[in-house]
Amino acid sequence: MTSDKSHDTHILPLKVYLGVAAALLFLTAVTVAVSYVDFGPFNMVIAMGIAATKATLVALIFMHLFYDDKLYLTIFIMSILMLAIFIVITLFDTLRRGDIYEQVGKPYKQDAQIYQTAPADSGAAGHGVEAAGDTTVSDSGSSHSENSGH
Amino acid sequence: MSHGGDRPAFLQHHFSDAEQQRESAKLGMWIFLLTEILLFGGLFGFYVFFRAWNPEMFINAHEHLNRVLGGINTVVLIVSSLTIALAIRSIQLNEKKKTMWFLATTILLAVVFLVIKYFEYEHKFHLGQLPGQFYTYTGIEGTNPHIFFSVYFAMTGLHGLHVIFGILAIGWVLWRTKKGEFSAEYHTPVEMVGLYWHLVDIIWIFLFPLLYLIG
Repeated sequence: MTSDKSHDTHILPLKVYLGVAAALLFLTAVTVAVSYVDFGPFNMVIAMGIAATKATLVALIFMHLFYDDKLYLTIFIMSILMLAIFIVITLFDTLRRGDIYEQVGKPYKQDAQIYQTAPADSGAAGHGVEAAGDTTVSDSGSSHSENSGH
Repeated sequence: MSHGGDRPAFLQHHFSDAEQQRESAKLGMWIFLLTEILLFGGLFGFYVFFRAWNPEMFINAHEHLNRVLGGINTVVLIVSSLTIALAIRSIQLNEKKKTMWFLATTILLAVVFLVIKYFEYEHKFHLGQLPGQFYTYTGIEGTNPHIFFSVYFAMTGLHGLHVIFGILAIGWVLWRTKKGEFSAEYHTPVEMVGLYWHLVDIIWIFLFPLLYLIG
């Protein structure tokens, strides 16, 4: 694939670079403009579609993937596939935790300062969190192990 | 040196010819870019999982980012991607002066990006819209708004670090161009730095709608 030396130093005409840059700027304007319109669930699809188009333009033309040995394009696509597999498989876990645990909405500790300040009026709320914690599966499990320790 | 007179100075002794040297550099660079995508991938996962858990909070919190500044920064990075592509084209045509101008413009645009980012960060520090436990702002509805700002600072922070390294790398090839080390037949480092800079641009192309626009 690389036997031809003139192919190796492939020089694109200036027009191509300027055209791609113009397309990227245009798509940026479009994505900002449509963000002010609510398409409901399609907001994400449109924004990601435009971003993917822009990324494809940069990768194929600016990064020369379209003209180079397709090995490099393969590496690039592989990295994105690996990332997609990683995220989708993790979502199988994170989206289905509600099937097992009661407290789906609190899979992590609330430790921001806003939850610690003003203890006077949040006393009830703080107690509520504790009370709710007592009813969870994991909490009863831990008290169980405490009992067995005694 | 001991390989005979027909070997150019830039060709290292363990490569049989310039073509093989260039192909090897490029393969290595693409594998490095693959690891970069996976590095940012962890943070994209962070975004996806926590957004799935807190859909309303993400939408409420993203209103507090300045989409005009984010948009300007997107334009700045796209233009910088163009100028570094033109720098590579210029060195392929043996136009060293032009190459240096395009590289210098790219650095300037990268600095503009960081300055705008600084003002955005400054504003958020002032309001207490900070990651995790440092979050003190109370004007956002929904559970756990500090998580959005953890995602925001982690993603834009890692990207900002890449912009800083990009400036150093572009400065390095600019300096070597000035010394006359690059020409139409040998300019692999300029090309490799260009690939890196385009990837930094691609990552921002995704960060901008994910953080600033989605509603």
